[in-house]
Amino acid sequence: MCLAVPMQVVEVRKGSDELFDPGVALVAGDGISREVRLEMVDRIPVVGEYVIIHAGFAIRTLTEEEAAYNLSLMQRMAEVLEQEGRLPGASECS
Amino acid sequence: MQLNEAFRSREVTAPLVAEITRSLQHPVRIMEVCGTHTMAIFRHGIRSLLPEQITLLSGPGCPVCVTPAGHIDAFLAAACLPRVVLTTFGDLIRVPGSDGVSLATARSKGARVEIVYSPMDALALAQREPECTVVFAAIGFETTAPTIAATLIQARRLGVDNFLIIAAVKTMPAALDLLMDDPDLRVDGLLCPGHVSAVIGSKVYRPLVEKYRLACAVAGFEPADILTGLLSLIRQIHAGRPGVDNCYTRAVTEEGNARARFLMEEVFVPADSEWRGLGMIPASGLILRKEYQDFDGLQHLGIPLRATREPGGCRCGQILKGCLLPPDCPLYGASCTPLRPVGPCMVSNEGACAAFFRYSGHKESHRGSNQTTEP
Ligand code: SF4
Repeated sequence: MCLAVPMQVVEVRKGSDELFDPGVALVAGDGISREVRLEMVDRIPVVGEYVIIHAGFAIRTLTEEEAAYNLSLMQRMAEVLEQEGRLPGASECS
Repeated sequence: MQLNEAFRSREVTAPLVAEITRSLQHPVRIMEVCGTHTMAIFRHGIRSLLPEQITLLSGPGCPVCVTPAGHIDAFLAAACLPRVVLTTFGDLIRVPGSDGVSLATARSKGARVEIVYSPMDALALAQREPECTVVFAAIGFETTAPTIAATLIQARRLGVDNFLIIAAVKTMPAALDLLMDDPDLRVDGLLCPGHVSAVIGSKVYRPLVEKYRLACAVAGFEPADILTGLLSLIRQIHAGRPGVDNCYTRAVTEEGNARARFLMEEVFVPADSEWRGLGMIPASGLILRKEYQDFDGLQHLGIPLRATREPGGCRCGQILKGCLLPPDCPLYGASCTPLRPVGPCMVSNEGACAAFFRYSGHKESHRGSNQTTEP
Protein backbone atom coordinates (compact mmCIF):
# COMPACT_ATOMS: atom_id res chain seq x y z
CA MET A 1 0.00 0.00 0.00
CA CYS A 2 2.92 2.26 0.55
CA LEU A 3 6.33 2.32 -1.04
CA ALA A 4 9.24 2.32 1.27
CA VAL A 5 11.00 5.64 0.90
CA PRO A 6 12.41 6.80 4.24
CA MET A 7 11.24 10.24 5.43
CA GLN A 8 13.16 12.53 7.75
CA VAL A 9 11.83 13.32 11.21
CA VAL A 10 11.65 17.07 11.85
CA GLU A 11 9.80 16.99 15.17
CA VAL A 12 8.82 14.42 17.79
CA ARG A 13 5.76 15.06 19.97
CA LYS A 14 5.87 12.65 22.89
CA GLY A 15 2.64 11.19 24.23
CA SER A 16 1.66 10.21 27.75
CA ASP A 17 2.96 6.64 27.80
CA GLU A 18 6.04 5.15 26.14
CA LEU A 19 4.22 1.95 25.23
CA PHE A 20 0.58 2.75 24.64
CA ASP A 21 0.65 6.43 23.74
CA PRO A 22 4.12 7.20 22.37
CA GLY A 23 2.95 10.22 20.39
CA VAL A 24 3.65 11.31 16.83
CA ALA A 25 6.52 12.46 14.68
CA LEU A 26 6.41 15.12 12.00
CA VAL A 27 8.20 13.94 8.87
CA ALA A 28 9.21 15.82 5.76
CA GLY A 29 10.58 14.86 2.39
CA ASP A 30 9.97 15.56 -1.29
CA GLY A 31 8.08 18.73 -0.46
CA ILE A 32 5.47 17.00 1.69
CA SER A 33 5.26 17.04 5.45
CA ARG A 34 2.96 14.91 7.54
CA GLU A 35 2.34 13.40 10.92
CA VAL A 36 3.08 9.75 11.55
CA ARG A 37 2.18 7.72 14.62
CA LEU A 38 4.84 6.01 16.66
CA GLU A 39 2.97 3.10 18.28
CA MET A 40 4.55 0.38 16.16
CA VAL A 41 7.96 1.75 15.31
CA ASP A 42 10.84 -0.49 16.45
CA ARG A 43 12.59 2.45 18.17
CA ILE A 44 11.33 6.01 18.84
CA PRO A 45 13.29 8.27 16.47
CA VAL A 46 15.02 11.51 17.35
CA VAL A 47 14.93 14.63 15.17
CA GLY A 48 17.15 14.15 12.12
CA GLU A 49 16.62 10.40 11.90
CA TYR A 50 14.50 8.75 9.24
CA VAL A 51 11.48 6.48 9.39
CA ILE A 52 9.85 4.03 7.02
CA ILE A 53 6.09 4.49 7.02
CA HIS A 54 3.14 2.18 6.47
CA ALA A 55 -0.41 3.60 6.41
CA GLY A 56 0.29 6.55 8.67
CA PHE A 57 2.45 4.61 11.12
CA ALA A 58 6.24 4.61 11.30
CA ILE A 59 7.42 1.00 11.22
CA ARG A 60 11.21 1.32 11.34
CA THR A 61 13.67 3.98 12.45
CA LEU A 62 16.90 4.46 10.49
CA THR A 63 19.90 6.42 11.68
CA GLU A 64 20.97 9.27 9.40
CA GLU A 65 23.83 7.13 8.08
CA GLU A 66 21.60 4.17 7.26
CA ALA A 67 19.08 6.45 5.58
CA ALA A 68 21.71 8.39 3.63
CA TYR A 69 23.06 5.13 2.24
CA ASN A 70 19.60 3.99 1.23
CA LEU A 71 18.50 7.33 -0.17
CA SER A 72 21.59 7.64 -2.34
CA LEU A 73 20.94 4.13 -3.65
CA MET A 74 17.45 5.12 -4.61
CA GLN A 75 18.54 8.39 -6.14
CA ARG A 76 21.11 6.67 -8.32
CA MET A 77 18.57 4.13 -9.33
CA ALA A 78 16.18 6.88 -10.38
CA GLU A 79 18.92 8.60 -12.38
CA VAL A 80 19.83 5.44 -14.23
CA LEU A 81 16.22 4.66 -14.97
CA GLU A 82 15.72 8.19 -16.21
CA GLN A 83 18.65 7.89 -18.59
CA GLU A 84 17.16 4.70 -19.91
CA GLY A 85 13.89 6.52 -20.39
CA ARG A 86 12.08 4.45 -17.79
CA LEU A 87 11.17 6.64 -14.89
CA PRO A 88 10.10 4.76 -11.81
CA GLY A 89 6.53 5.58 -10.85
CA ALA A 90 5.72 8.15 -8.22
CA SER A 91 5.43 7.03 -4.64
CA GLU A 92 2.12 5.41 -3.79
CA CYS A 93 1.91 7.23 -0.49
CA SER A 94 -0.59 10.03 -0.44
CA MET B 1 35.37 -1.72 0.75
CA GLN B 2 32.76 -4.39 1.18
CA LEU B 3 30.09 -1.77 1.67
CA ASN B 4 31.25 -0.13 -1.51
CA GLU B 5 30.94 -3.33 -3.45
CA ALA B 6 27.46 -3.97 -2.18
CA PHE B 7 26.62 -0.41 -3.04
CA ARG B 8 27.76 -0.74 -6.61
CA SER B 9 26.13 -4.06 -7.20
CA ARG B 10 22.80 -2.70 -6.10
CA GLU B 11 22.86 0.79 -7.43
CA VAL B 12 21.60 0.17 -10.93
CA THR B 13 19.03 -2.08 -12.47
CA ALA B 14 20.78 -2.77 -15.78
CA PRO B 15 23.70 -4.69 -14.26
CA LEU B 16 21.23 -6.58 -12.10
CA VAL B 17 19.23 -7.67 -15.10
CA ALA B 18 22.44 -8.65 -16.89
CA GLU B 19 23.55 -10.65 -13.89
CA ILE B 20 20.18 -12.38 -13.60
CA THR B 21 20.38 -13.34 -17.27
CA ARG B 22 23.94 -14.58 -16.88
CA SER B 23 23.12 -16.61 -13.76
CA LEU B 24 20.08 -18.35 -15.14
CA GLN B 25 20.78 -21.95 -16.12
CA HIS B 26 17.31 -23.45 -16.41
CA PRO B 27 13.69 -22.32 -16.09
CA VAL B 28 12.66 -21.20 -12.60
CA ARG B 29 9.29 -20.42 -11.07
CA ILE B 30 9.16 -17.66 -8.51
CA MET B 31 6.14 -16.50 -6.52
CA GLU B 32 5.87 -12.96 -5.27
CA VAL B 33 3.70 -13.04 -2.20
CA CYS B 34 3.02 -9.39 -1.67
CA GLY B 35 0.44 -7.35 -3.57
CA THR B 36 2.72 -4.33 -3.51
CA HIS B 37 5.37 -6.43 -5.25
CA THR B 38 2.85 -7.55 -7.87
CA MET B 39 1.95 -3.96 -8.62
CA ALA B 40 5.55 -2.74 -8.64
CA ILE B 41 6.65 -5.58 -10.93
CA PHE B 42 4.00 -4.64 -13.47
CA ARG B 43 4.31 -0.90 -13.16
CA HIS B 44 8.03 -0.90 -13.67
CA GLY B 45 7.78 -3.41 -16.49
CA ILE B 46 10.07 -5.85 -14.68
CA ARG B 47 8.60 -8.90 -16.41
CA SER B 48 9.63 -7.54 -19.78
CA LEU B 49 13.21 -7.02 -18.57
CA LEU B 50 13.62 -10.62 -17.47
CA PRO B 51 14.54 -13.69 -19.51
CA GLU B 52 11.52 -15.77 -20.53
CA GLN B 53 12.72 -18.70 -18.48
CA ILE B 54 11.73 -16.88 -15.31
CA THR B 55 8.06 -17.38 -14.52
CA LEU B 56 6.69 -14.93 -11.97
CA LEU B 57 3.53 -16.00 -10.17
CA SER B 58 1.45 -13.77 -7.92
CA GLY B 59 0.58 -15.20 -4.55
CA PRO B 60 -2.10 -14.53 -1.94
CA GLY B 61 -0.65 -11.23 -0.74
CA CYS B 62 -3.29 -8.72 -1.68
CA PRO B 63 -5.46 -8.16 1.42
CA VAL B 64 -8.51 -7.09 -0.57
CA CYS B 65 -8.25 -10.15 -2.83
CA VAL B 66 -8.12 -12.76 -0.09
CA THR B 67 -11.06 -11.33 1.86
CA PRO B 68 -13.91 -13.80 1.19
CA ALA B 69 -17.31 -12.71 -0.09
CA GLY B 70 -18.87 -13.55 3.29
CA HIS B 71 -16.85 -10.81 4.95
CA ILE B 72 -17.74 -8.34 2.19
CA ASP B 73 -21.39 -9.19 2.88
CA ALA B 74 -20.85 -8.49 6.59
CA PHE B 75 -19.31 -5.08 5.82
CA LEU B 76 -22.29 -4.36 3.56
CA ALA B 77 -24.76 -5.42 6.24
CA ALA B 78 -23.09 -3.02 8.70
CA ALA B 79 -23.05 -0.17 6.18
CA CYS B 80 -26.78 -0.54 5.57
CA LEU B 81 -27.74 -0.15 9.25
CA PRO B 82 -29.12 3.22 10.37
CA ARG B 83 -26.67 5.61 12.06
CA VAL B 84 -23.72 3.39 11.15
CA VAL B 85 -20.73 4.68 9.19
CA LEU B 86 -18.65 1.94 7.59
CA THR B 87 -15.03 2.98 7.16
CA THR B 88 -12.66 1.13 4.89
CA PHE B 89 -9.44 1.26 2.90
CA GLY B 90 -10.16 2.53 -0.61
CA ASP B 91 -9.94 -0.55 -2.80
CA LEU B 92 -12.38 -2.60 -0.81
CA ILE B 93 -15.39 -0.48 -1.67
CA ARG B 94 -15.58 -1.75 -5.26
CA VAL B 95 -15.43 -5.47 -4.44
CA PRO B 96 -18.78 -7.10 -5.14
CA GLY B 97 -20.34 -9.13 -2.32
CA SER B 98 -22.10 -12.43 -2.91
CA ASP B 99 -25.07 -10.86 -4.70
CA GLY B 100 -22.97 -8.55 -6.85
CA VAL B 101 -23.51 -5.44 -4.71
CA SER B 102 -20.41 -3.54 -3.55
CA LEU B 103 -19.96 -0.97 -0.79
CA ALA B 104 -19.75 1.64 -3.54
CA THR B 105 -23.18 0.60 -4.83
CA ALA B 106 -24.56 0.66 -1.30
CA ARG B 107 -23.14 4.14 -0.84
CA SER B 108 -24.78 5.40 -4.01
CA LYS B 109 -28.07 4.16 -2.53
CA GLY B 110 -27.60 6.11 0.68
CA ALA B 111 -25.45 3.93 2.96
CA ARG B 112 -22.64 5.83 4.68
CA VAL B 113 -19.30 4.44 3.56
CA GLU B 114 -16.16 6.48 4.15
CA ILE B 115 -12.69 5.75 2.80
CA VAL B 116 -9.88 6.14 5.32
CA TYR B 117 -6.13 5.97 4.97
CA SER B 118 -5.52 4.58 8.44
CA PRO B 119 -7.71 3.02 11.14
CA MET B 120 -6.83 6.05 13.28
CA ASP B 121 -8.77 8.21 10.79
CA ALA B 122 -11.79 6.00 11.45
CA LEU B 123 -11.39 6.52 15.18
CA ALA B 124 -11.12 10.28 14.68
CA LEU B 125 -14.38 10.14 12.72
CA ALA B 126 -16.03 8.32 15.61
CA GLN B 127 -14.92 11.11 17.94
CA ARG B 128 -16.26 13.78 15.60
CA GLU B 129 -19.62 12.06 15.22
CA PRO B 130 -20.62 10.64 18.62
CA GLU B 131 -24.22 10.17 17.48
CA CYS B 132 -23.10 7.55 14.92
CA THR B 133 -21.45 4.16 15.31
CA VAL B 134 -18.29 4.00 13.24
CA VAL B 135 -17.32 0.51 12.05
CA PHE B 136 -13.90 -0.17 10.54
CA ALA B 137 -13.57 -2.99 7.99
CA ALA B 138 -10.39 -4.45 9.42
CA ILE B 139 -8.61 -6.22 6.59
CA GLY B 140 -4.87 -6.60 6.12
CA PHE B 141 -1.88 -8.66 7.14
CA GLU B 142 0.75 -8.43 9.86
CA THR B 143 1.70 -4.89 8.85
CA THR B 144 -1.81 -3.55 9.25
CA ALA B 145 -2.82 -5.59 12.30
CA PRO B 146 -0.63 -3.58 14.73
CA THR B 147 -2.07 -0.31 13.39
CA ILE B 148 -5.56 -1.63 14.11
CA ALA B 149 -4.45 -2.84 17.55
CA ALA B 150 -2.94 0.56 18.33
CA THR B 151 -6.20 2.20 17.27
CA LEU B 152 -8.28 0.04 19.62
CA ILE B 153 -5.88 0.67 22.49
CA GLN B 154 -6.20 4.38 21.79
CA ALA B 155 -10.01 4.12 21.57
CA ARG B 156 -10.09 2.52 24.99
CA ARG B 157 -7.71 5.09 26.45
CA LEU B 158 -9.88 7.91 25.13
CA GLY B 159 -13.10 6.19 26.20
CA VAL B 160 -14.59 6.23 22.69
CA ASP B 161 -17.59 3.90 22.80
CA ASN B 162 -19.01 4.35 19.31
CA PHE B 163 -16.15 2.67 17.47
CA LEU B 164 -16.22 -0.97 16.34
CA ILE B 165 -14.28 -3.17 13.96
CA ILE B 166 -15.20 -6.20 11.89
CA ALA B 167 -12.02 -8.24 12.16
CA ALA B 168 -10.92 -9.94 8.94
CA VAL B 169 -7.17 -9.72 9.54
CA LYS B 170 -4.94 -12.48 8.18
CA THR B 171 -1.46 -13.72 8.86
CA MET B 172 0.92 -15.10 6.27
CA PRO B 173 2.93 -18.07 7.57
CA ALA B 174 0.18 -20.71 7.72
CA ALA B 175 -1.16 -19.72 4.30
CA LEU B 176 2.28 -19.92 2.72
CA ASP B 177 2.85 -23.31 4.29
CA LEU B 178 -0.45 -24.58 2.91
CA LEU B 179 0.35 -23.25 -0.56
CA MET B 180 3.82 -24.75 -0.70
CA ASP B 181 2.39 -28.08 0.42
CA ASP B 182 0.29 -28.21 -2.76
CA PRO B 183 1.96 -30.68 -5.15
CA ASP B 184 0.31 -28.97 -8.15
CA LEU B 185 2.06 -25.71 -7.44
CA ARG B 186 5.67 -25.89 -8.43
CA VAL B 187 7.54 -22.96 -6.97
CA ASP B 188 11.31 -22.83 -6.67
CA GLY B 189 11.61 -19.51 -4.91
CA LEU B 190 9.57 -17.10 -2.84
CA LEU B 191 9.96 -13.34 -3.07
CA CYS B 192 8.92 -12.61 0.51
CA PRO B 193 6.80 -9.55 1.37
CA GLY B 194 8.63 -6.40 2.51
CA HIS B 195 6.51 -4.82 5.20
CA VAL B 196 4.95 -8.00 6.54
CA SER B 197 8.50 -9.24 7.07
CA ALA B 198 9.40 -5.99 8.83
CA VAL B 199 6.96 -7.08 11.55
CA ILE B 200 7.35 -10.88 11.64
CA GLY B 201 11.07 -10.98 10.84
CA SER B 202 12.91 -12.80 8.08
CA LYS B 203 13.50 -15.88 10.24
CA VAL B 204 9.82 -16.81 9.88
CA TYR B 205 10.55 -18.24 6.43
CA ARG B 206 13.16 -20.71 7.67
CA PRO B 207 10.67 -23.56 8.17
CA LEU B 208 9.67 -23.20 4.50
CA VAL B 209 13.32 -23.56 3.50
CA GLU B 210 13.70 -26.67 5.59
CA LYS B 211 10.39 -28.31 4.76
CA TYR B 212 10.16 -27.57 1.05
CA ARG B 213 13.73 -26.66 0.13
CA LEU B 214 12.31 -23.35 -0.99
CA ALA B 215 14.62 -20.42 -1.72
CA CYS B 216 13.42 -17.26 0.07
CA ALA B 217 14.42 -13.63 -0.39
CA VAL B 218 12.87 -10.65 1.40
CA ALA B 219 12.75 -7.63 -0.91
CA GLY B 220 11.66 -4.00 -0.89
CA PHE B 221 9.49 -2.36 -3.51
CA GLU B 222 11.85 -0.34 -5.69
CA PRO B 223 12.89 -1.94 -9.01
CA ALA B 224 16.44 -2.55 -7.82
CA ASP B 225 15.08 -4.06 -4.58
CA ILE B 226 12.95 -6.51 -6.54
CA LEU B 227 15.71 -7.38 -9.01
CA THR B 228 18.15 -7.93 -6.16
CA GLY B 229 15.66 -10.29 -4.56
CA LEU B 230 15.17 -12.19 -7.82
CA LEU B 231 18.91 -12.48 -8.38
CA SER B 232 19.37 -13.84 -4.87
CA LEU B 233 16.66 -16.44 -5.50
CA ILE B 234 18.15 -17.54 -8.81
CA ARG B 235 21.60 -17.92 -7.27
CA GLN B 236 20.20 -19.92 -4.35
CA ILE B 237 18.18 -22.17 -6.67
CA HIS B 238 21.09 -22.89 -9.00
CA ALA B 239 23.53 -23.45 -6.17
CA GLY B 240 21.09 -25.93 -4.64
CA ARG B 241 21.45 -24.12 -1.35
CA PRO B 242 18.12 -22.55 -0.47
CA GLY B 243 18.03 -20.20 2.49
CA VAL B 244 16.50 -16.92 3.62
CA ASP B 245 18.24 -13.88 2.16
CA ASN B 246 17.22 -10.48 3.53
CA CYS B 247 17.60 -8.03 0.63
CA TYR B 248 15.58 -5.33 2.38
CA THR B 249 17.70 -4.51 5.38
CA ARG B 250 16.50 -0.91 5.56
CA ALA B 251 13.17 -2.16 6.88
CA VAL B 252 13.55 -5.80 7.86
CA THR B 253 15.57 -7.59 10.51
CA GLU B 254 15.81 -11.26 11.27
CA GLU B 255 13.79 -10.88 14.46
CA GLY B 256 11.25 -8.40 13.10
CA ASN B 257 9.57 -5.64 15.05
CA ALA B 258 8.82 -6.73 18.61
CA ARG B 259 6.86 -3.58 19.48
CA ALA B 260 4.50 -4.15 16.60
CA ARG B 261 3.99 -7.78 17.55
CA PHE B 262 3.40 -6.81 21.16
CA LEU B 263 0.53 -4.53 20.08
CA MET B 264 -0.90 -7.25 17.89
CA GLU B 265 -0.80 -9.82 20.69
CA GLU B 266 -2.23 -7.37 23.19
CA VAL B 267 -5.44 -7.06 21.16
CA PHE B 268 -5.72 -10.13 18.93
CA VAL B 269 -5.44 -13.91 19.17
CA PRO B 270 -4.85 -16.30 16.28
CA ALA B 271 -7.88 -18.08 14.85
CA ASP B 272 -8.83 -20.12 11.82
CA SER B 273 -9.63 -17.89 8.90
CA GLU B 274 -11.26 -18.25 5.53
CA TRP B 275 -9.23 -17.04 2.55
CA ARG B 276 -10.83 -16.43 -0.79
CA GLY B 277 -9.79 -19.26 -3.05
CA LEU B 278 -7.76 -21.05 -0.41
CA GLY B 279 -10.60 -21.89 1.98
CA MET B 280 -10.39 -22.20 5.74
CA ILE B 281 -6.78 -22.20 6.96
CA PRO B 282 -6.04 -23.07 10.60
CA ALA B 283 -4.48 -20.28 12.67
CA SER B 284 -4.19 -17.93 9.70
CA GLY B 285 -6.26 -15.04 10.99
CA LEU B 286 -6.64 -12.80 14.01
CA ILE B 287 -9.73 -12.24 16.11
CA LEU B 288 -10.25 -9.93 19.07
CA ARG B 289 -9.07 -11.13 22.43
CA LYS B 290 -11.77 -11.49 25.09
CA GLU B 291 -10.64 -8.24 26.70
CA TYR B 292 -11.31 -6.35 23.47
CA GLN B 293 -14.54 -7.97 22.38
CA ASP B 294 -16.50 -4.85 23.23
CA PHE B 295 -15.13 -3.56 19.90
CA ASP B 296 -16.49 -6.54 17.95
CA GLY B 297 -18.79 -5.14 15.28
CA LEU B 298 -20.38 -8.46 14.33
CA GLN B 299 -21.39 -9.19 17.91
CA HIS B 300 -22.61 -5.67 18.65
CA LEU B 301 -24.59 -5.19 15.50
CA GLY B 302 -25.88 -8.78 15.37
CA ILE B 303 -24.42 -9.47 11.94
CA PRO B 304 -23.93 -13.13 11.03
CA LEU B 305 -20.87 -14.23 9.06
CA ARG B 306 -22.05 -16.57 6.34
CA ALA B 307 -20.10 -18.83 4.04
CA THR B 308 -20.90 -17.70 0.52
CA ARG B 309 -20.04 -18.74 -2.98
CA GLU B 310 -17.50 -16.84 -5.01
CA PRO B 311 -18.84 -15.00 -8.06
CA GLY B 312 -19.57 -17.49 -10.86
CA GLY B 313 -16.73 -18.03 -13.30
CA CYS B 314 -14.22 -15.95 -11.34
CA ARG B 315 -10.86 -17.69 -11.11
CA CYS B 316 -9.42 -15.46 -8.37
CA GLY B 317 -8.93 -18.50 -6.17
CA GLN B 318 -6.61 -20.21 -8.63
CA ILE B 319 -4.88 -16.96 -9.44
CA LEU B 320 -4.18 -16.35 -5.75
CA LYS B 321 -2.66 -19.82 -5.58
CA GLY B 322 -0.41 -19.15 -8.55
CA CYS B 323 -2.10 -21.93 -10.57
CA LEU B 324 -3.44 -19.64 -13.29
CA LEU B 325 -2.49 -16.33 -14.85
CA PRO B 326 -5.23 -13.71 -15.22
CA PRO B 327 -5.73 -14.14 -19.00
CA ASP B 328 -6.48 -17.82 -18.29
CA CYS B 329 -9.77 -16.68 -16.74
CA PRO B 330 -12.57 -16.72 -19.35
CA LEU B 331 -14.07 -13.53 -17.91
CA TYR B 332 -10.80 -11.56 -18.08
CA GLY B 333 -11.17 -8.48 -20.26
CA ALA B 334 -14.70 -9.52 -21.28
CA SER B 335 -17.25 -9.28 -18.49
CA CYS B 336 -14.48 -8.50 -15.98
CA THR B 337 -12.47 -5.28 -16.39
CA PRO B 338 -11.19 -2.70 -13.90
CA LEU B 339 -14.26 -0.57 -14.66
CA ARG B 340 -16.68 -3.45 -14.12
CA PRO B 341 -14.85 -5.94 -11.92
CA VAL B 342 -16.33 -9.37 -11.16
CA GLY B 343 -13.73 -10.52 -8.66
CA PRO B 344 -11.49 -8.74 -6.16
CA CYS B 345 -8.31 -9.48 -8.13
CA MET B 346 -9.59 -7.07 -10.77
CA VAL B 347 -10.57 -4.44 -8.18
CA SER B 348 -7.55 -3.91 -6.05
CA ASN B 349 -4.58 -1.97 -7.31
CA GLU B 350 -2.55 -4.80 -5.90
CA GLY B 351 -4.61 -7.55 -7.49
CA ALA B 352 -2.99 -9.71 -10.15
CA CYS B 353 -5.84 -9.31 -12.67
CA ALA B 354 -5.90 -5.51 -12.36
CA ALA B 355 -2.11 -5.27 -12.64
CA PHE B 356 -2.08 -7.58 -15.65
CA PHE B 357 -4.87 -5.63 -17.32
CA ARG B 358 -3.34 -2.21 -16.76
CA TYR B 359 0.24 -2.96 -17.59
CA SER B 360 0.77 -6.16 -19.55
CA GLY B 361 -0.86 -5.34 -22.87
CA HIS B 362 -3.01 -8.50 -22.62
CA LYS B 363 -6.53 -7.13 -22.69
CA GLU B 364 -8.33 -10.35 -23.62
CA SER B 365 -8.70 -13.78 -22.19
CA HIS B 366 -6.78 -16.65 -23.80
CA ARG B 367 -10.01 -18.55 -23.56
CA GLY B 368 -12.02 -16.37 -25.94
CA SER B 369 -13.29 -12.95 -25.07
CA ASN B 370 -17.05 -13.10 -25.42
CA GLN B 371 -17.96 -15.35 -22.57
CA THR B 372 -20.07 -14.05 -19.77
CA THR B 373 -20.56 -15.21 -16.23
CA GLU B 374 -20.68 -18.98 -15.89
CA PRO B 375 -23.37 -20.58 -13.77
S1 SF4 C 1 -10.40 -11.71 -14.46
FE1 SF4 C 1 -12.02 -11.09 -13.06
S2 SF4 C 1 -13.34 -12.87 -12.90
FE2 SF4 C 1 -11.39 -13.57 -13.75
S3 SF4 C 1 -10.17 -14.19 -11.98
FE3 SF4 C 1 -9.68 -12.07 -12.37
S4 SF4 C 1 -11.08 -10.93 -11.06
FE4 SF4 C 1 -11.89 -13.00 -11.17
